Amino acid sequence: MLVQMAVERAALRLKLSAVKDGEEAIDYLLGRSKFADRNTHPFPKMLLLDLKMPRVNGFDVLDFVRQQPSLKQLPVVIFSSSDDPKDIQRAYDGGANSYLCKPHSNEDLSALLRALEEYWVKFNHFPSCH
Amino acid sequence: MKKTEHILLAKDNEDYALLFRRALKSARIDASLDVVHDGQEAVKYLAGTDDYADREKHPFPKLLLLDLKMPRMDGFEVLSAVRQRLGFTRLPVIVLTHSDNPADVRRAYELGATSYFRKPDSLEGLDEMIHVLHAYWLKFNHFPE
Repeated sequence: MLVQMAVERAALRLKLSAVKDGEEAIDYLLGRSKFADRNTHPFPKMLLLDLKMPRVNGFDVLDFVRQQPSLKQLPVVIFSSSDDPKDIQRAYDGGANSYLCKPHSNEDLSALLRALEEYWVKFNHFPSCH
Repeated sequence: MKKTEHILLAKDNEDYALLFRRALKSARIDASLDVVHDGQEAVKYLAGTDDYADREKHPFPKLLLLDLKMPRMDGFEVLSAVRQRLGFTRLPVIVLTHSDNPADVRRAYELGATSYFRKPDSLEGLDEMIHVLHAYWLKFNHFPE
């Protein structure tokens, strides 16, 4: 929610879909249950993934994505409030492309989102997963 | 950014390496750069063998910027050596290449590339790319140990 507001405020060229937990993230990526309509819920260019989520956590989602042939090339950027080295190691070991820590202030969040947009949207080329 | 971060650039073109170095300097980016000119050298550097055994002189990089077309061993072969043979699964590897062929993009990600950039054609483009690389990786990204 905070991210969505910050994206809008910074007028970034990002279209953001948000899901509330790991189970929904997996449903979204697979395009099933309430995310079956790809016109309303397009397959993403990348996944911004929190680690601490109810039901299915971020590490579980990451493992799932990397094990699915149809999803394994999807760039996954961890976006977490944890800067615990153990979490960072585990995320990279699990195949995360990058690890960002949630900033504490709105200004820092805007700066981070701007860097994220410039890097991933403007410069990065994505694989054609779907 | 507190300490100097180390970047390894694997690129066979000496002129490009010079331009890259100049762009880092003019952006006042506090990062040191080592350049290797083919894929075999890149693998030796990362493995810390032969000429690269001294980690004081040739520190293990935070980031690898990897061209695809290189003599002896190309970027794809380097990627699979890095991810599989050497087992460096945590090192961010950014492909930096002329090709925007979807088959190349796909293959690079399949082999474990972290990200894929098309090399800018102009000096301004190079400056901008270096600025963006720096802002994202060296200011915001958290690296594994």
